[in-house]
Amino acid sequence: MTGRPAFVLLEDGTWFKGAVAAPIPPAFGEVVFTTNMTGYQETFTDPSYLGQVVVMTAPMIGNCGVNPEDMESPRPQVSGVVVRELARRHSNWRATESLGGWLGRHKIPVLTGVDTRRLTRHIRSKGAMRGVIAEGEAPTEAIRESLRNSPNMAGLDLASKATVAKPYEQGTTGPHVVAFDFGMKRNIVDMLDAAGCRVTVVPATTTAAEVLKLSPDGVFLSNGPGDPAAVTYALPVLRSLAEGGLPIFGICLGHQLLGLAFGGSTVKLPYGHRGGNHPVKDLSDGRVLITTQNHGFALAGGEDGVPGAPDLVVTHLNLNDGTVEGLRHKTLPLFAVQYHPEAAPGPHDAYPHFAQFVRSMGLQSDR
Amino acid sequence: MPKRTDISSILLIGSGPIIIGQGAEFDYSGTQAVRALKEEGYRVILVNSNPATIMTDPELADRTYVEPVTPEWVARVIERERPDALLPTMGGQTALNVAMALANDGTLEKFGVELIGADARAIALAEDREQFAQAMRRLGLATPAGQTIRSLEEAIAVVAETGYPAIVRPSFTLGGSGGGIAYNRAEFEALVQHGLELSPVGSVLIEKSVIGWKEFELEVMRDAADNVVIVCSIENIDPMGVHTGDSITVAPAMTLTDREYQTMRDSALAIIREVGVAAGGCNIQFAVNPETGEQLVIEMNPRVSRSSALASKATGFPIARIGAKLAVGYLLDELPNDITRTTPASFEPVLDYVVVKVPRFAFEKFPTADPTLTTQMKSIGEVMAIGRTFKEAFQKGLRSLEIDRIGWVEGANPAADRLDDADMSTIKAALRRPTAERIFQIKRALAGGASVADVSERTGIDPWFLDQFAELVEAEAAWVADPEALHPGKLRSMKRMGFSDAQLGRLRGLPEADMRALRHRHGIRPVFKMVDTCAGEFPSATPYFYSTYDEENESIPDGRPSVIILGSGPNRIGQGVEFDYCCVRAVLSFRELGYRTVMVNSNPETVSTDFDISDALYFEPLTLEDVLEIVHIEKPMGVVVQLGGQTPLRMARGLEAAGVPILGTSPEAIDEAEDRGRFEAMARELGVAQPPSGTAMSVEEASAVAERIGYPILVRPSYVLGGRGMQIIYDVESLRRYFAQATRVTPEHPVLIDSFLEDAFEADVDAISDGTQCIIGGVMQHIEDAGIHSGDSACVLPPYLITEDQVELMRTYTRAFALRLGVVGLINVQYAIKDGQVYVLEVNPRGSRTVPFVSKTTGVPLAWMAASVMAGRTLEELGLHDDVMQPYVAVKEAVFPFNKLPGVDLILGPEMRSTGEVMGIADSFGMAFAKAQISADGALPLEGTVFVTVNDHDKQAVVPIIRRFHELGFRVVATEGTARHLRSRGVPAERVLKVHEGRPNAIDLIVSGEVQLLINTPLGKLTQQDDYLIRRAALQHRTPYTTTLSAASAACDAVIALRSRARTVRSLQEWHAMAREAATESV
Repeated sequence: MTGRPAFVLLEDGTWFKGAVAAPIPPAFGEVVFTTNMTGYQETFTDPSYLGQVVVMTAPMIGNCGVNPEDMESPRPQVSGVVVRELARRHSNWRATESLGGWLGRHKIPVLTGVDTRRLTRHIRSKGAMRGVIAEGEAPTEAIRESLRNSPNMAGLDLASKATVAKPYEQGTTGPHVVAFDFGMKRNIVDMLDAAGCRVTVVPATTTAAEVLKLSPDGVFLSNGPGDPAAVTYALPVLRSLAEGGLPIFGICLGHQLLGLAFGGSTVKLPYGHRGGNHPVKDLSDGRVLITTQNHGFALAGGEDGVPGAPDLVVTHLNLNDGTVEGLRHKTLPLFAVQYHPEAAPGPHDAYPHFAQFVRSMGLQSDR
Repeated sequence: MPKRTDISSILLIGSGPIIIGQGAEFDYSGTQAVRALKEEGYRVILVNSNPATIMTDPELADRTYVEPVTPEWVARVIERERPDALLPTMGGQTALNVAMALANDGTLEKFGVELIGADARAIALAEDREQFAQAMRRLGLATPAGQTIRSLEEAIAVVAETGYPAIVRPSFTLGGSGGGIAYNRAEFEALVQHGLELSPVGSVLIEKSVIGWKEFELEVMRDAADNVVIVCSIENIDPMGVHTGDSITVAPAMTLTDREYQTMRDSALAIIREVGVAAGGCNIQFAVNPETGEQLVIEMNPRVSRSSALASKATGFPIARIGAKLAVGYLLDELPNDITRTTPASFEPVLDYVVVKVPRFAFEKFPTADPTLTTQMKSIGEVMAIGRTFKEAFQKGLRSLEIDRIGWVEGANPAADRLDDADMSTIKAALRRPTAERIFQIKRALAGGASVADVSERTGIDPWFLDQFAELVEAEAAWVADPEALHPGKLRSMKRMGFSDAQLGRLRGLPEADMRALRHRHGIRPVFKMVDTCAGEFPSATPYFYSTYDEENESIPDGRPSVIILGSGPNRIGQGVEFDYCCVRAVLSFRELGYRTVMVNSNPETVSTDFDISDALYFEPLTLEDVLEIVHIEKPMGVVVQLGGQTPLRMARGLEAAGVPILGTSPEAIDEAEDRGRFEAMARELGVAQPPSGTAMSVEEASAVAERIGYPILVRPSYVLGGRGMQIIYDVESLRRYFAQATRVTPEHPVLIDSFLEDAFEADVDAISDGTQCIIGGVMQHIEDAGIHSGDSACVLPPYLITEDQVELMRTYTRAFALRLGVVGLINVQYAIKDGQVYVLEVNPRGSRTVPFVSKTTGVPLAWMAASVMAGRTLEELGLHDDVMQPYVAVKEAVFPFNKLPGVDLILGPEMRSTGEVMGIADSFGMAFAKAQISADGALPLEGTVFVTVNDHDKQAVVPIIRRFHELGFRVVATEGTARHLRSRGVPAERVLKVHEGRPNAIDLIVSGEVQLLINTPLGKLTQQDDYLIRRAALQHRTPYTTTLSAASAACDAVIALRSRARTVRSLQEWHAMAREAATESV
């Protein structure tokens, strides 16, 4: 192992040896793992990972460097990265910089040489928890103390941190979509644009009145970091927009917020779903989609529905653990999915949801 | 959708003999498919001509037909068994082609047999390159520019457009057979003509070359509800231009961004849907332009393949098993992921390790073959290695190859790395040509200071991989120079990069054992991690492990007494699937006896490395170091070394020295049989005659021995399998040449010299012993005379030209050897019979190549019983009796790779060169031999012209054989000497010109299709060019040939049988019932 001795310490006291390339200040965050084998750049720039230390289960990271096109937001969002091996040299015709150089430039520490499988199995059995990447041969009492004092993910509203400061537009023609940015991935905007929408991206705290003033044909609710239950300010806004009859499409955090707005509740998953291989069954036709997922919380419920939200119908289920993956309203034109149809990274099986949203806006305007 | 209930019996077609391009992977796939279908309650009927396979074990399918895998013979099985469905996708190209032929000729329709898995339309679309290219155009996907042609003229017109280098791909051939890269018009014409002849449909695709592009493969599965998953991505380290079977490959893909990978995935989904693989798997190959990322679709195989076997082992996702279940109607989400057991099969495996596959070549057996790697596959086996990093997996793969290298190390001299000298300019020049040795040349180049960019430009290998190699080279150099190299931290970091104890020891001038002892003193040991399909996301139950130098060990034995069975490593000539058969049977036997069974192997093509065969699977290199670490974790009751061929046998002494108990025959006994001096003493003691012999460490000693025992002599190095380096030598000059070329002659490994018994019969005896009793499994007579390697000779069971008392003598001797050596398990003894005298040639106290053939013939599962005996049971307890002369005849015939290796002569000798075998079983010798020939792709003619040209020695003996052909109505043509001799004995023969005598000559006759059978015996040691050209011509034009008189005589018997007897098929289960009946009667 080359570089400076360092480690990642978890709040239960377990720690894992590794190394960092250059001096770093301690980096705190919820330690989560993703099983995506490709797309580390998209992962690290996904705002949903804000405040998290991401463990890559794929052992060889950085092989393709980074490029300007695969950014899901303008900068890396993760607090830190843990890998088995960081490529010394990258090779890809689109690459403009090495992963290590790029993360270093953004002051994001990369802990290398870690038995990431041991770390993953630990999180799997003990649950995702807070952790810190820090330098040293072993954790000191001081760093343990700072870890105990770091913020906890449960109850944390990070959406308001990840959102845009002021509205912006993309696309010029087609149905007008007002998209709530709770930490929205770049590719969602691009997909809406490509599906023929004019998109106005608005901050998470935008009010219903402000939305209606933009005279939207539909409303989109984005993904985002943190605890959905802490995003209380958005719920009445969503509810009133929905009941006004506007077609609504939610992804990930947006999906959870819709569930909450109609009376459901969310639970923290033991260690989340993060990766690009989760099988999701569409209950309407039995087809299985291989989906990208990135969430630590989930809407409580199952095939029979969402407790507390009698007007919601569960449309998709996760085949690995039976959790709710999609919902629609019994009467209102709204639907949402827990997974990421925009992929980036991950498979494109769920791309058609964007067309579905466009269709729902078309139906609504025909009425 | 649950499974189909409208079908109840399913026919599965196997792939026939192991050949280049179609290896043991289809035994693995087929075995999995049979088991999966049986599990669902279907009646399974299997056809496969290859007796060495596990799938043809009569306990597996309901009906097992060891019959030729040809449309004609499979149709007979269909007529007899009336299956409801045929699953054509598990037996490689062979099965697919046979299924298509049966669909096209109406047989399937006539007997109401439905193709399941992939229908005829889908197969045709995928296999016909023109149709496939059109389908890709419909999808908006690019393929290399090209066109399918049916004549040379058309081809020349096409290449005028696409230019050179041009890729030539014959349609419907396997392993890229007949394909190649043409750099100029002459090469192009030769390839096209050859390709047109090889293609069963007479068409060839001419393609614009994309040599140097990156090559990838995706393994895709689809169910009847149109759910599609990608099981695995594979990246070839060698770029386009080297067949994927010959390339070092990596899973998952290492150098694709998500954007590119998903583009490829999207294409794959579209392709499997467009081609219409209804329920099953396929393999799709892509080329990617390293400069622009442009992707091309190269080809699709609508069936399981070598790559799907690799992908199954690499991910833990059993493609053939799932494919079989999808074919009978299940959906992916209805099937469990067999590894996690809690999540469904409708997912895409994720890897938290790296898998590297390295091909195993056999050019040492074919010194005249062109070693350049091209689009036609030339490797004969492969190894797979798993590590947490690419570097670790790569190094493990390289040390698994069994090529006398301790890992990724330079050869002893430049020649060993196919270099004229060690100059950097020589090395760099060599890098442009892909060969088996290029990976070692790359090490020399990097170590000598060549830059990654330079090596990448010359080889076309992605700089990422080359930099990984460079890191290893740099680490070695730094470690050698480091005064603190042996400190625990430094040592551990080298182990983490995959260096073996042997490599590290060599770098520091320490014996391997000392390096290991030092490492153990520091407590540096590997841990074992699980292959779990999900990168640790879910708990998994399946004990499938690999070693790595990380922190957490996941392999925890269950406490039961355990047995470790060491497998045979990569398939190669002399050590093939037959040893895997023995290992698997033994595992099943130990399991039945209640032991925890632990399998160790490095060969991804095998059944033994299927994760549910044993209680624990360690996918590891078969080296002493790697095995000792497994022993350390498993603490077994014992290790089985006698069933995996030479690979584990070579480890026996080392294991014993480390205090590891060896089950069965002791290493001491193995040594007594292998050590020439001790063996001779033992034979003398037992009163068994041996050919006069001696050993020599130098050419002087050798020539003294030869003077004493007289020429011709048979020379060979000790401790080899497959007759490596074995030659018949007629004079002292040849002896000198032999010694000049022999690379490794040491006091531990002297050269063995035997008097060569010309014109002797040879026989093999397989037997089993429990230490106090020895029972004969079978006595086989070789059809070819002595001097031809036993693995290359056809053989017949029971013997047909040896007298009863000679057979009895061999049985007696065999028992004597077994008891004298204290054999516990299997033993194989080879004999020669000359002038009524029985000589012993060698004794092998281990499972032999012929064990599966004997078991398939007699119905006695020798390997299974051997395991029981090793576990302490007696033969009496097992109720095993001596073999009985069964009332039918089985013939084993060898299959050769000559058509894949241009430049190689076809004559047989003491060095084994066959890659596989087939079996013919029938009521008569003639019919059994005929079936074996058909299975070996040498179907004998019923009429036509026999062309004879034999050496002087054989002129006398050939007369009665040719007379019989003449009496059968064959026209006889012969070269001058042979013709004159035949006519002088009253056999009419027309003279044909030899090649140098003018035209039309012998070759013209063959090329124009006027010869139906060639009988040609080589002219002494130095092959005449004429003879060679005649044999190659016969091979290229698919004319059946024999190069020995005994085979010619057997061929005559076979022709008579084919003309006079009914061609019937019968299952092994029925044959074995006949044998049991005969046994009962004889009691």
